[in-house]
Amino acid sequence: MADVKFRVFRGNAEGGEEVDYSVTVGEGMVVLDAMFRIQETVAPDLAIRWNCKAAKCGSCSAEINGKPALMCKTRLDSLDTTKPVTVRPMRAFPIIKDLVTDVSFNYKVNKSIPPFKPKPGTDWKMFQEDVDRPQEFRKCIECFLCQDTCHVLRDHGKHEVFGGPRWFIRAASLEMHPLDVEDRIPMIKDKLGLGYCNITKCCTEVCPEHIKITDNAIIPLKERVVDEFYDPIGKAFRKLIGAGKK
Amino acid sequence: MSTVTYETHEHDVIVIGAGGAGLRAAIEASNLGLSVGLICKSLLGKAHTVMAEGGVAAAMATVDQDDSWQTHFYDTMNGGKMMNNWRMAQLHAQQAPDRVKELQEWGALFDRTKSGDFLQRDFGGHQFRRLCHVGDRTGLEMIRTLQDKGVHMGIEVYMECAITRLLKDGDQIAGAFGYFRPDGRFVMYKAKAVILACGGLGRAYKVTSNSWECTGDGHALGYEAGAELVDMEFVQFHPTGMVWPPGVAGLLVTEAVRGEGGKLTNKDGERIMTKYDPDRMELSTRDVVARAIYTEVKEGRGTPHGGCFLDVSYKPAETVIRKLPSMYHQFKELANVDITKEAMEVGPTTHYAMGGVKVDADTGMTCVPGLFAAGECSGGMHGGNRLGGNSLSDLIVFGRLAGLGAAQYVKGIAKAPAINQTVVDDAIKEMTDPFERTTTETAYDVHAELQDSMQMNVGIFRTEDDLQLGLANIQKYKERASKVVAKGGRAFNPGWHLTRELKNMLAVSEAIASAAILRKESRGAHSRLDFKDPSEEQAQVNYVVKRGDDGNAIVTPVPKAAMPADLQKILGEQKDLQPQREENKKTRLAQTAKE
Repeated sequence: MADVKFRVFRGNAEGGEEVDYSVTVGEGMVVLDAMFRIQETVAPDLAIRWNCKAAKCGSCSAEINGKPALMCKTRLDSLDTTKPVTVRPMRAFPIIKDLVTDVSFNYKVNKSIPPFKPKPGTDWKMFQEDVDRPQEFRKCIECFLCQDTCHVLRDHGKHEVFGGPRWFIRAASLEMHPLDVEDRIPMIKDKLGLGYCNITKCCTEVCPEHIKITDNAIIPLKERVVDEFYDPIGKAFRKLIGAGKK
Repeated sequence: MSTVTYETHEHDVIVIGAGGAGLRAAIEASNLGLSVGLICKSLLGKAHTVMAEGGVAAAMATVDQDDSWQTHFYDTMNGGKMMNNWRMAQLHAQQAPDRVKELQEWGALFDRTKSGDFLQRDFGGHQFRRLCHVGDRTGLEMIRTLQDKGVHMGIEVYMECAITRLLKDGDQIAGAFGYFRPDGRFVMYKAKAVILACGGLGRAYKVTSNSWECTGDGHALGYEAGAELVDMEFVQFHPTGMVWPPGVAGLLVTEAVRGEGGKLTNKDGERIMTKYDPDRMELSTRDVVARAIYTEVKEGRGTPHGGCFLDVSYKPAETVIRKLPSMYHQFKELANVDITKEAMEVGPTTHYAMGGVKVDADTGMTCVPGLFAAGECSGGMHGGNRLGGNSLSDLIVFGRLAGLGAAQYVKGIAKAPAINQTVVDDAIKEMTDPFERTTTETAYDVHAELQDSMQMNVGIFRTEDDLQLGLANIQKYKERASKVVAKGGRAFNPGWHLTRELKNMLAVSEAIASAAILRKESRGAHSRLDFKDPSEEQAQVNYVVKRGDDGNAIVTPVPKAAMPADLQKILGEQKDLQPQREENKKTRLAQTAKE
């Protein structure tokens, strides 16, 4: 048992400050445990968003020592606790209170993505090798850490024109569904603003589900955009031979 | 009239809770042309359904061709120790396959067989391979599918909104009152029908697999509005929760680990289930396995952190990672244990409430006109013990039926209910009072004591004395809970939220303890050390709990409805077939363990 200092952001949209709390920590504790300890003892109104505490719901996203991470998954023994541990809300979204941010932007983007549209008359046979790819993207727990770390949103605030990595993998999961016939490539290019992504892979690095966002979703989608918009000969050829979108 | 402001929304139907049952209910009602408001305590898509791992049970017979709804019905009744509402068990077994296929048609991607069909896996208490699954994250797949379906249908979603009270017009339901968590603003919903789909109550216990949301809200809101609760004494303790580190104690280790060949051993290396259920071994029903582990630990044969070992490390590492990816990461990241190389340590954890709001099987309506319930907060479907996989199927079968039932009800009512202002003022006062108090006790203090007491006195093994003590404690906590203080403002203030949730947990705890005292036998998940055997007499009744005028629980034994001859015949036929099928399953599992 040792005392560790946590420097936690307290405040709201108007502003705030970092407040130091000292917490006695035990073996195996994660950052979220320390936040609970603070809540139960000295600051019952400390705002934290959390649900499962098992890295399955993606609610407790924050920035720990400046790094986007799930509080429930960040073990204290993985941090340098000789110095104060800073815990701040995600920077890419407006602050509501303390560690809680307004992530409604994400729900708006999701709504703009055309839903699954099955092939008419399908017999619903699908093979594991065909569903493996979209299944990887469907592991996403919507913690929005990829959105938080993405410089297009984080530093440039392009929320109006850019959907962000979470929604690229969502779109990819639909596009790569073996029985889907909707064409989302034009909206991926124009509405989700895929072109703004310059594949720095920051999103992949922070994904707690270890989804290869850049390699397996963004790059293939960029290729499809190129095929559809910047390769007229290829497009005409595919049309001629009747090749589908998959 | 209160000077505190609130906003008002109006819908034909409001659904409280946006897990699998709530989403499915909302989709159904919306599909039938009704205006639907879907209210969730957290963000959409974070409900406890995301935690469901192993799979959704449905007799699709895509792997074992002999499976049928009749066998699923039999297994469910058998697992529930015949305490189930047989009509619910029947509807569930009959309709689950269509509900799962429907999810696929809405975009869900389940794991496949070699011939391109639904892959199904073995689970405890199911005689056939019956669980459709997506690795070990089936619940997540379901909730995403339903969420996207619902959002694109135009269902109005009210996120991070907690309901504190149901509103009535006379006997009839009229709406609900609550607050938005981010800024604490109050809100009133006017509705012709209300569907409760708030999930479980695990947070009333100290060691639980449930997330913070599972505070018995649906049970308590219904109970306070005059609905009945049934089978509350049956609380499922899942056999395998993590026992270490302390911060994650109780966190679920999916039954799929045992479905994939996981072996349970004690510190001396003995396969413990050879003593408790040599036929079904690790895939015995959850009540049996939970008591086995508990007994091993209590008798001094537990692991260093007070559990038993669960081992899949004898299997090829890549198989373990492919079949149980979430478990692999969960142990690696939270406990620093590589399950491909070493055994997990596991112990029982409070997992599921079989008991809940008593409903009509076909429509989901409670005894309060216009009030419906579905999913974990409703009761009857699972009887004395729930089989793994039957919860996800329960959500979609009865979620849909409640949506349908509510739609029919709304179309049939003569006039829209009205809401009396004094009722709203009273609801506001309940929530503003904690800020006015000058006391020092917080909801956290009382909650921690309640959790300890429920764990100690109303837990996995029960006695008259312990239960009476547990109940007496609850009465004291009720008194204290009415005086707790909240500090700070109404914006995202968890200390304030808990003042209300605490009351819900106290209501359900009282119902559990009161019913458990009366059930003087051991049956399913309810184990009495002072009444170790099942009793023929007790088998004839379900215990129904209603809130008395003094605010205390009144428990009544209600004789079970007679089962029709055709269902009895099915049970008889299935029973004859069971020995051979159990034998087949044993052979199959021995094979799985080798692979």
